[in-house]
Amino acid sequence: MTGKRSITLLAILVSSLFFGLGTAHAGEGVEGTAKADKLTSCVEPTPVMRRRHFEFIEHQRDLTVHQGIRGSKHSLAGCVDCHARRDASGKPVPVNAEGEFCNTCHEYAAVEFDCFMCHSTVPGEK
Amino acid sequence: MSSTSDQGRRDFLKKAAAATTTVTLAPGVVLHTLQAQAEPRTTPVTDKVRWGMLIDTSKCVEGCNDCVEACDQENGLDLVNKPEGADDALWERQRPQWIRHVKLKDNMTGRITNLVMMCQHCEFPPCVDVCPTGASFKRADGIVMVDRHICIGCRYCMMACPYKARSFIHADVAEKLTRAPRGKGCVESCNFCVHRLDNGQTTTACQDACKHQAIVFGDLKDPDSPVSKALKAYPSVQIRDDLKLNTGVRYTNI
Amino acid sequence: MKKVHFSEWGLESPRYWGLLALMAVIVAIGGAAAWYMEHNGHWVTGMTNQIVWGTPHVFAIFLIVAASGALNTASIGSVFEKKLYKPLARLSGLLAITLLMGGLAVLVLDLGKPDRLLVAMTHYNFKSIFAWNIFLYTGFMAVVAVYLWFMMDRRFNKHYRPVGILAFVWRIILTTGTGSIFGFIVARQGYDAAILAPMFVIMSFAYGLAIYILVLMFTYKIDGRELGDKVLFRLKNLLGVFAAAVFYFTLVYHITNLYGTENHEYEAFILLNGGIYTFLFWVGWVFVGCLLPMALVYHPTIGKTRGGIIAAAVSVILGGLATVYVIVIGGQAFPMAMFPGKTIVASGFFDGVNGQPFLYSPSLPEVLLGIGGMALVLLLTFVAIRVLQFLPVSLADEVVDPHHAKS
Repeated sequence: MTGKRSITLLAILVSSLFFGLGTAHAGEGVEGTAKADKLTSCVEPTPVMRRRHFEFIEHQRDLTVHQGIRGSKHSLAGCVDCHARRDASGKPVPVNAEGEFCNTCHEYAAVEFDCFMCHSTVPGEK
Repeated sequence: MSSTSDQGRRDFLKKAAAATTTVTLAPGVVLHTLQAQAEPRTTPVTDKVRWGMLIDTSKCVEGCNDCVEACDQENGLDLVNKPEGADDALWERQRPQWIRHVKLKDNMTGRITNLVMMCQHCEFPPCVDVCPTGASFKRADGIVMVDRHICIGCRYCMMACPYKARSFIHADVAEKLTRAPRGKGCVESCNFCVHRLDNGQTTTACQDACKHQAIVFGDLKDPDSPVSKALKAYPSVQIRDDLKLNTGVRYTNI
Repeated sequence: MKKVHFSEWGLESPRYWGLLALMAVIVAIGGAAAWYMEHNGHWVTGMTNQIVWGTPHVFAIFLIVAASGALNTASIGSVFEKKLYKPLARLSGLLAITLLMGGLAVLVLDLGKPDRLLVAMTHYNFKSIFAWNIFLYTGFMAVVAVYLWFMMDRRFNKHYRPVGILAFVWRIILTTGTGSIFGFIVARQGYDAAILAPMFVIMSFAYGLAIYILVLMFTYKIDGRELGDKVLFRLKNLLGVFAAAVFYFTLVYHITNLYGTENHEYEAFILLNGGIYTFLFWVGWVFVGCLLPMALVYHPTIGKTRGGIIAAAVSVILGGLATVYVIVIGGQAFPMAMFPGKTIVASGFFDGVNGQPFLYSPSLPEVLLGIGGMALVLLLTFVAIRVLQFLPVSLADEVVDPHHAKS
């Protein structure tokens, strides 16, 4: 066993430990299982989304809560619906779980967000 | 602005008209249920509609809890679990509830009345008056609700509500529904199943669940709506009418 | 009158730092309690969907009310031009600010979402008395700070009276606002009364002065400064008047209530059969808060001893906490009258079945948070008097009394 391989193994072991902490009951998301994986771009061009997604969501949140406008392209439910991956058993994985869509970027940028204090983290009931 | 929203309403009615069913509620009172295809709203709600409810206490049955259970499921209240280590009796007084069954006895005659209480969706809601941030607000269509994004959890609205209709979320909520977001530290109450209305439905969960048809829901501003017709046909009261809040929920046979 | 000299609190270092450390520990315990409640959620407290404001609010409202009362001595000096009170003004202004800070800290830490304080500063509903109070509180601190600055800075000394008058008017509005938080609540029988606003003003006079007297006596005693009977007796007599005034408002509040049949049940709850609330009303509010301090203060011999004066001030404070407890929690515990002429015999959501009051028992973290707020007041005060010249070097009779000075 080479040193490199054992480090990789260790990394996997350690990270799975963290997965266990972060998402108690959901498995790891499987690559390519999110709806977004099959699309070429989000509801706006990717650079725009990267820079301004929170503005879109915040604007939409006021429209939805105060004016009742639902299901528009900037809705948070839409984000979750499209970006949530599924685990090996086909169960949706929370978008804010370790290594999942929302978490990876926000972790990297060290930006806290509290959408999911209240909002559902998996695609919703219809 | 009103003309565009009118257009939206007309479009919606046109789409819904195909699937209209009729239920006879009482002699002369006919309930038209619009079994609409779920069409999410694209235009702002307007004050051309005012959602309201009539509860016929003579039809509300003691021991029946159907509407409460339906509300709990519809709005994810059954997902709010007792925290580990919490005292059972205390938690009962801390967990959220939107609609509740109440049994009354007249002090003089001993007559028993059964009814359900929930947010009365006042035209002049005291909870909205006192809220420091404006999180407690009344939508144009008369629904009183909480914008959780700006609620700071001060509970002044709960102090001010004459109907004790509001609940504070005392603990973390692990699982929540997409249609009913919920988190620790905010206040909430009945919102007439606003997600249903915004998605083109015209009934509330409690109304659908009531097999005794004690709950009639609809647009108070539409003279042909079942709730308007019923209100016109029968004498009804507002609870605590002395406060002149012009509630959206009315009661008959109290 | 001789020229009054001020100096920093000259306590020797070990004692000073020891005192500060003690306060800091109590503040830290309060902070830990707040963190514990926030982290878990309010289920760890005794607060429920029926009793939505609990012990933290009792402490917070007590401190906020006392804050405006603490400004009294300064106001009497600069607004009403009473010479004797002028040297007392600096500490008075300081306590007004620190008490308000302590009270607000407790209030804010009990919010469901204390992290959203910024939201409270950026979103306003101007119909809410709570929102007005945010301005009243912050404005009060600013006005009193300017007042203190003008008093302590020789260059502006001649201008301090107008600021003093502004601070005086502001404090009256502030306590009226705090009282109105309850007075404006039409839903609950115990609250819906305009008299609550002036009653809160008079309560503030008593509580603020009681705290002022204790802090003054403590800081002087421990620092070996002289505090003459002239000043102290004047203050304690005033405390007696304020305690009597609270008693008077209590009488009027309940007698007017008793006149209306609709309030009989509420009055019976507070005055006769409300259990802990009835006990706290008679023993705490009326006896300890009003009658006992009056008796102590005006007693021909006890009233002239330091111990008697301390006992009277402590008594006003304890009685004051009981008063606020009865108002805040007793007012919520009494079931709301939703169906006049009917009794609720069953409810799925605690509606006061058969007229039973709502249950509440304070939890330890709530009490610790409140006490932490009180310690914060003292901590801030002790720091301020150490670094700036708030305390007159001496308040001996010959210093404060013009006639003494002449002879």
